[in-house]
Amino acid sequence: MKTLKQIVLLAAVVLMASAFTNSTDNPGYDIGDVATDFKLKNIDGKMVSMANYTDAKGFIVIFTCNTCPYAVKYEDRIIELDKKYADKGYPVIAIMPNDTEIKPGDSFENMQKRAKAKGFTFPYLIDEGQEIYPQYGATKTPHVYLLEKSKQGNVVRYIGAIDDNYQDAAAVKVKYVENAVDALLAGKEVPETKTRAIGCSIKVK
Amino acid sequence: MKFLKLSLLLLCLYACKEEAGDAAQSDDLEVYDFNGLEPLLNQNDDKTYVVNFWATWCAPCIKELPYFEQLNRDYKEKNVEVLLVSLDFPRQYDKKLKPYIKDKNLQSRVVALNDPDMNTWIPKVNEDWTGAIPATIIYNSSGRKFYEKSFTYEELVNELRTFIEN
Repeated sequence: MKTLKQIVLLAAVVLMASAFTNSTDNPGYDIGDVATDFKLKNIDGKMVSMANYTDAKGFIVIFTCNTCPYAVKYEDRIIELDKKYADKGYPVIAIMPNDTEIKPGDSFENMQKRAKAKGFTFPYLIDEGQEIYPQYGATKTPHVYLLEKSKQGNVVRYIGAIDDNYQDAAAVKVKYVENAVDALLAGKEVPETKTRAIGCSIKVK
Repeated sequence: MKFLKLSLLLLCLYACKEEAGDAAQSDDLEVYDFNGLEPLLNQNDDKTYVVNFWATWCAPCIKELPYFEQLNRDYKEKNVEVLLVSLDFPRQYDKKLKPYIKDKNLQSRVVALNDPDMNTWIPKVNEDWTGAIPATIIYNSSGRKFYEKSFTYEELVNELRTFIEN
């Protein structure tokens, strides 16, 4: 009897261990989940939350940074998204998720410089405690979460890439984020809810 | 005489083929789109392949690259082959990638993947890949595993051993 108990206990331990060591296990939001609000410091020193935007219909939340070449490739297109959709109720909120000791190029000061140099029209927030990006399940920069405001909260409607060609904005065939926002604005289903792209892993100590 | 003509024809065909093959490359670098790369992710022979997706601009990739080189050295005799798939941008091939390969004297096979339609090919590499690099596949005829993470040398060896000791 004692051995049986030991075996069961051992099996439970092994099972638990394997559950926690699964390297590809990525919790985080799926389509339809309610995304958490945040209170993060913007480059102007003020704290920003989605709750501040009383008139918004939703948000284009983009985890991005200064140092990732893919993120840099998309800077102009992120500005365009904000210009096109902020007035229609879907502003861009950019969040920089990296540990700045590992990536000094993403420090708060460097975020301020980059935003100024590029003329960012949207908040560029720092995820200082690195507590927000894991809840969303972001793994890389750039990584987009399109949220739609509802009575339940901000519901995730799209997760993934901005479009289908990082190299050349002119060669883009499918604008994933624009298609998704346009669909929401028209009260339609988002045509493609999840896409993937190569990006830089989010830097953690 | 007929034989000679035939030989010459064959020789020419061979030479022409070689030339066409070279044209697809950027000097000495092998560059593929995903269709070109895919067979290298699915070789069905007696070897165990360790495929690492990396780029010269990716700091964690550069940090772990020596471990893949070491693995290629230490496990060559055990029929293990490392393939390094660079995701550097095409305009960086000459400026960054080729000098890096030369300076570090990389011994593993390096190929460059140039295919901007990432949403199409990423799930073909692995359904669970969100797209962050570094990422690694270990596979042989009896199994395949995908890792979206960084490795230490010890972790890499431990994973590899689950393949070659089966």
